[in-house]
Amino acid sequence: MHDIAQAATNFIDLNTANIIYLFLVGFVGGLVSGFIGSGGAFVLTPGMMSLGVPGLVAVASNMCHKFPKALVGALKRAKYGQVDVKLGIVLGISAEAGVLYGAHVQENIKKVFGDAGSNLYVSVAFVVVLAVVGIFVLRDAWKTYKSGTQHEEEKITKLARWVQSIHIPGTMVYFKSLNARVSVLFTLPLGFATGMLAATIAVGGFVGVPSMIYVLGAPSLMASATELVIAFVMGLGGSLNYALHGLVDIRLAMIILGGSLFGIQLGAIGTTYVKPFMIKVVMGVIMVIVLFSRGLMVPVYLSQLGLIQTLSDSTVKMLKTTSFAIMIFALALGAFIVLKAMWQGRQAEKLAAQESLVHSKA
Amino acid sequence: MASLDQKIKKKPFGASILFGVVSIGLYITLLANQDILNGNFAKGGLFAFLPIITAFIFSYVHGNFTGHFWTVLGVEASKKKREVK
Repeated sequence: MHDIAQAATNFIDLNTANIIYLFLVGFVGGLVSGFIGSGGAFVLTPGMMSLGVPGLVAVASNMCHKFPKALVGALKRAKYGQVDVKLGIVLGISAEAGVLYGAHVQENIKKVFGDAGSNLYVSVAFVVVLAVVGIFVLRDAWKTYKSGTQHEEEKITKLARWVQSIHIPGTMVYFKSLNARVSVLFTLPLGFATGMLAATIAVGGFVGVPSMIYVLGAPSLMASATELVIAFVMGLGGSLNYALHGLVDIRLAMIILGGSLFGIQLGAIGTTYVKPFMIKVVMGVIMVIVLFSRGLMVPVYLSQLGLIQTLSDSTVKMLKTTSFAIMIFALALGAFIVLKAMWQGRQAEKLAAQESLVHSKA
Repeated sequence: MASLDQKIKKKPFGASILFGVVSIGLYITLLANQDILNGNFAKGGLFAFLPIITAFIFSYVHGNFTGHFWTVLGVEASKKKREVK
């Protein structure tokens, strides 16, 4: 994977500005992860690279902050009864296989087509997955909002009802989040796809959470909380693999963790104040905005591969800066929606408590 | 007034300070020994467990601190028990 001796020399010098930057991005990433179960990595990895951290060290260090963050988030949300540990572990193990296969595919693409080919593959995967899943999730959230049923219990999809109705002897497992027995032959490909996406675009949850909701029939709150268990299982295995090759910069990982643990606690608390469809709103909004961000980079990689006319250096620089700025905007907007929804929920609860006090006095 | 005092007393100030101090200590140690850490943690092989163990220790100490931190500030989960079905 990488020369171990060379890895340590690739670790950057840290100054106060770098530390504050990583801490703050970690906080916002953690806030979103605590709420929707994933997110943040798509900004953290390029964010570290913008400080001069080599790509593989950035990916490895991000992964090493992800699993302890996911562990703390999962424990917090388990207190609220939102985690299905069994489903998380079953999906997490197959996701681990997906991560290994995804990394293998990445390496082969890099060997054949070079860095530009690998980057193009990542960007196209981003655009295709986010376009299909992101628009679907956002549309569903919009339909729920328009129909005024956001206060009601979530209904499971026809697909999930069909999946739950299939009985394949010897493969059936009961999951409490689904309140049904489902064949692991359905969970295996979903976990594998989650892992492959995590290895490709660093955010497996963009497939993991929607698949738990729409394919298996889990409630949004439980799906996003269970994703944290999957992230822990995937992150632990991935971190150990990278650490074996000496690629983890523990300083970067722990500084980001410092900020993200403040965020993930807050995001987890936020889930107790909002209506479940808000999970879909935040996830869908982030996915659709990030889709534009990555879409902007496609012409850059096509030009580097000689598939379209060569772009000037200034155009490439402008596209890269805009793409990164849009990603930060996506994360910041997600965090803003979480905080606003949480604030409104708290205010409504305070008001209800005051009203009941007045009533009881009367 | 008495109930307000009781509420304040219930907040985990002691645990928050304790975990906060230990957490700051861990971060000072991390940043003060960067060369030693970079040299040893990137050796691979059995040394690969060092970053993993470190991550678990930080997540326990700092995770407890951040949890208590928000509680002390009064940011807590909704009192209505949210039944997830």
